[in-house]
Amino acid sequence: MPKFHLSLTVNGEARELLIDPRRTLLDVLRDELDLRGAHRGCDSGDCGACTVLLDGKPITSCMILAADCDGSTVTTVEGITPAGGLHPVQKALVEKGGIQCGFCTPGMVMAAIGLLNENPNPTEHDVREGLAGNLCRCTGYKKIVEAVLSVEESKA
Amino acid sequence: MQPFDYFSPKTLPEAVEILSRHNGDARVVAGGTDLLLKMKGGRLAPKAIVNIKRLAELRGISETSNSKLQTPNYHLPITTIGALTTLEELRRSPIIRERYPSLCDAANTMASVQIRNLATVGGNMCNAAPSADLAPIFIALDASAVIAGPGGERRVPLEEFFVGPGKTVLESGELLASLEAPPPVGPSLYLKHSPRAHMDIAVVGVGLAAQLSGGVCESARIVLGAVAPVPLRVRRAEAELIGGPFSAERIDRAAKIAAEEAQPIDDVRGAVWYRRKMVEVLVRRGLTAIGGIEN
Repeated sequence: MPKFHLSLTVNGEARELLIDPRRTLLDVLRDELDLRGAHRGCDSGDCGACTVLLDGKPITSCMILAADCDGSTVTTVEGITPAGGLHPVQKALVEKGGIQCGFCTPGMVMAAIGLLNENPNPTEHDVREGLAGNLCRCTGYKKIVEAVLSVEESKA
Repeated sequence: MQPFDYFSPKTLPEAVEILSRHNGDARVVAGGTDLLLKMKGGRLAPKAIVNIKRLAELRGISETSNSKLQTPNYHLPITTIGALTTLEELRRSPIIRERYPSLCDAANTMASVQIRNLATVGGNMCNAAPSADLAPIFIALDASAVIAGPGGERRVPLEEFFVGPGKTVLESGELLASLEAPPPVGPSLYLKHSPRAHMDIAVVGVGLAAQLSGGVCESARIVLGAVAPVPLRVRRAEAELIGGPFSAERIDRAAKIAAEEAQPIDDVRGAVWYRRKMVEVLVRRGLTAIGGIEN
């Protein structure tokens, strides 16, 4: 099977790769680029743990072939975390107790950033809707929603 | 996943040529949210994958003047929804929000924002799941499928597009280019019954559109999802409404007839008797809302 020549901009850096066309974007991020922040949960688009921004929009990276992303810009949780610090959404999750085991957290962070980019002043309903595709098996949803709402408050 | 040849054509003729050459062994990928799931599960192993996302002519939502003089409201434009329109683009489109809010309602019930940013209108049609949320409402709105193929372009009423679960009228070498919706004739609505508000498919979906004039029903379309092998227009129920007052009694009769016309199966999401009952409930509720009739 011929390899596919993939050009991606990942977290601001141009990357050129030769990949098996069967690889999903999540496979490439984790296994080729060593970016393990996007997690493999269900691998079927249900849990949201693999959420990244594709051209600025939140998507489940397990549900798209990497080859289909050729020429696109990808932002992972590694790309939004400042050196030695935390993104406001990450800070809010820590402060409000919105993290438990942490497996869902990178996906939650990316979905929340996607939401806040589109809608900087979300209501609780908007936040719950924006995070509807992110499962937390520790079921800490209340604190997560409070955390995302507090990011909005701190900006105001 | 089995190996496959991967193609990413830049023009529509090139895409049609690749699909024709593979004579049914190639699968089109747009959003990929249905296709990848089937391929990962081993339920589908196409020899070739044709990514159509580079085909600019399949993108966007636009309005064009209506040349079909026999259609109602012919002075208003027809809306073309490119097959590559994502569910998120559909629900946020100012044109769709203003002219076909029921399409936004349907898109709002679907999946998560992550999936809606990938999944496309064309994919929801071509995957031909009996439960596809957009199918009943597009059929209620009298939409047509614009199909591109080796012989050029052809149009099929969306009602006739679906042949069975996962099967459409698309022939080898053809692909869905867009959907065309005529000007709305009156209010429309999509109602979905599902145990969850998000991330679940319909147990029953109902697309409704009606043209009312002075309390009289001039036309009505009632289309059911997830209760037959294909999205199902229930014409006897429609006939019960057309030409008479849009009264609570007639709505009730139409809802009961719709439940009779449904052809549901028992599965993990609902039993036959339950789905029929929910068809009746949703059709009554939706028509009542459309008529603005007090319960």
